[in-house]
Amino acid sequence: MTAVDSPEKILFASTTQAFLQKEVPLSRVRELHAQGVSFEPDWWQRAAELGWTALLVPEELGGGSVSGDGVADLAMVAEQLGKTVAPGPLYPVSTVLAGLVDSADPQSHAATIEELIAGETVASWAVYEPGQGWAPHQPAVTATPTDSGYRIDGVKDRVEAGAQSRLLLVVARTDDGVRQFLVPTDASGVRIEPQQSIDLVKQYARVHFDGVEIDRSAAIAGTAELIDRQSQIAQVLQCAEVVGILQTVFDFTVAWALDRHSFGRPLASYQALKHRFADMKMWLEACRATTSAAVAAIADRSSDAALSASIAKSYVGEMATEIIQACVQMHGGIGVTWEHDLHVYLRRAALYRSMFGTPEEHNLRVYQLQEAGQQAPRSA
Amino acid sequence: MTETYRADAAAEAESIDDFRGRARAWLAENMPPIDPAHPPAAHRDEERCWLRARELQKRLYEGGFAGICFPREYGGLGLDYEYQKAFNDESLSYEMPLILNTPTFTICCATLLDTGSEEQKRQHIDAALRGDEILVQLLSEPSGGSDLAGVLTRAERDGDHWVLNGAKTWSTSAFGADYGLCLARTNWDVPKHDGLTMFLVPIKHPGITLRRITQLNGSTEFCEEFLDNVDVGDDAVVGEVNDGWSVASRQLYHERRAVGMGSEFASGSGSEGGRSTPVNYMRLAEKTGQADNERVRQIAGRALVHRAVSDQLGAHVFRSVNDGTLPPAAGTLLRLFHAETVTLEMDAGLAITGTAGVVGAEGEGLETGLRYLARQTVCIGGGTSELARNVIGERVLNFPREYAADRGVPFNQVQHGKAGR
Repeated sequence: MTAVDSPEKILFASTTQAFLQKEVPLSRVRELHAQGVSFEPDWWQRAAELGWTALLVPEELGGGSVSGDGVADLAMVAEQLGKTVAPGPLYPVSTVLAGLVDSADPQSHAATIEELIAGETVASWAVYEPGQGWAPHQPAVTATPTDSGYRIDGVKDRVEAGAQSRLLLVVARTDDGVRQFLVPTDASGVRIEPQQSIDLVKQYARVHFDGVEIDRSAAIAGTAELIDRQSQIAQVLQCAEVVGILQTVFDFTVAWALDRHSFGRPLASYQALKHRFADMKMWLEACRATTSAAVAAIADRSSDAALSASIAKSYVGEMATEIIQACVQMHGGIGVTWEHDLHVYLRRAALYRSMFGTPEEHNLRVYQLQEAGQQAPRSA
Repeated sequence: MTETYRADAAAEAESIDDFRGRARAWLAENMPPIDPAHPPAAHRDEERCWLRARELQKRLYEGGFAGICFPREYGGLGLDYEYQKAFNDESLSYEMPLILNTPTFTICCATLLDTGSEEQKRQHIDAALRGDEILVQLLSEPSGGSDLAGVLTRAERDGDHWVLNGAKTWSTSAFGADYGLCLARTNWDVPKHDGLTMFLVPIKHPGITLRRITQLNGSTEFCEEFLDNVDVGDDAVVGEVNDGWSVASRQLYHERRAVGMGSEFASGSGSEGGRSTPVNYMRLAEKTGQADNERVRQIAGRALVHRAVSDQLGAHVFRSVNDGTLPPAAGTLLRLFHAETVTLEMDAGLAITGTAGVVGAEGEGLETGLRYLARQTVCIGGGTSELARNVIGERVLNFPREYAADRGVPFNQVQHGKAGR
């Protein structure tokens, strides 16, 4: 949030924040984990009613943003989610919506878009494949034309909320290049195998497609740019959530350092610790800066959107876990206990460090983009 | 406080786009074009580069594009930072007097704007914008760098004059300058911060002996000065007598912002070339025969990411200080981030060049090794990185201050090392 936000956006932010604090505080996240539940569908529907799922969708398709900049509004929601490491399929649903509304013929998916906005249906992006890193444009899963449509064969994995989704947007190879297909999870030949993650509530799945027949209308009209757009949305939302996580963890660690005394002095008075806090503050503000630059570039669909997203994803991925581990260090023994909330935040940040491109993968991407002649993006 | 001076909306209705268009046309007509990827080197240790900068600045002034964010009454245009940024974008492919930005404009003129007398502002800011005057800082002393308020240079009253004696060091390019902001002690019976006064001293004064410092990489841009009965009038006092620390604090504030490239008073945002040219990793990988080496590409990619974030952080901190979400001392975040990023870049360069960085010829990789040797300068100059971390801890995070043995003690009772006596 900045000082120049509109009253509408400030109201939207405070409503979102109040909803999250009341409905899914950390104690609730721990309960869900104990029950083995990722999120509750009716809770997700109430969250959707707040407008989270409409932000990327144009008004003619039943959506609408608060500020006129849906990507920025959604990034704000993501930052709020970070404060309590909230559950829910915001990213799976958002990346699928980004693909549908940007496809060449979004009207043909109007009914699905409407169900996703209402929170009645959960969908996820099936993009990763077993044994492969972040390579969304190189699927091994195939889509073979049939008389009535396509037959999907192959395996996807690391599909967030795969077991909770009714639809999957599957990236597959066809004779005409890479395309995406909306596949119902109850279709014959789809088998979903849960995967464990280090997060308390984020659940993933490996999905087997064994001769899955789908209708021609399930094909999404769109090119490689669509996949890039979805990737950028996924990456920047993760960065924004991590910024919310970092701010929260840093703030309670600062409070701890001012309050906790040893040798008759507050921890915050020791120069060795003060210097570590100075570094953390610097990294935190840098994470904020690069995330907001990426949000702006992606919202504007500027030519350096992919580069900005990679820069942010690399930097935030690299530094976020450093900051949180340093906060664990500042806490001492209490910081490595199950009871303390630090690990709940650390889990989410570590998960996001690696998903949708590790810092190492994005560093290669940044080099490649600059080699191809792209100047470093100007700051937002 | 420095503010971005807003133009009188009625008188100055030119939109940023119109301004940008006018700047583009004027630059094409009047400034020498360059390849921004390979800017000509403006060596700060060469006299001719300073003369060249003065000449280019004169052109900017005559064309009506000097001092975009300085107030009109002191020779500037009185426009918002957005106009300066537009001009920076447009001027990237032209030769600009970049070496005048720091310290002349971003530190010295910015500080005079905050703390100088009306007469000083009219004289010096205007002269600097015309390309007639270069200003430097005379702050550090041989007795110590980080403890700036502990300076030993003395200024004593003699009739209606002040007489300065002492030594200053690490002043950037003082040999090419006209005036220096010189911090001197005017009262020894009070604690260190309370007995200081800032003077505007003419560098060419016969009482000043100037010597160049040779750095380990051969650069001679920094100088040391010996002040021997340098007499100046009351009009040389910046701010109030014995309130020199307030002035110095503004200098430090502006310096921290400028080092992180976050100053609206800087004109042009390209590279000064030479030693300050950002490492071109693609060319480095190519000339060391490693263009397709994934390990090299990953190391370089990481450095490029941090370099880009450094720029993004500059804009973020500038915005956040302006809207009050970060305190003014947050400029120090930029100072520290810059040092950390350059360190990472120097290390990346050395790692990529391997043996070519230490054995061979300049131009084939050896320059990377030579540059690496001076890596720490960026963590020392303008206050060390350790000091920056103290500032962030104490004035951004409001943690308890470090114990200081000289706090509240009259300066003439404070202990000094043997060399400082």
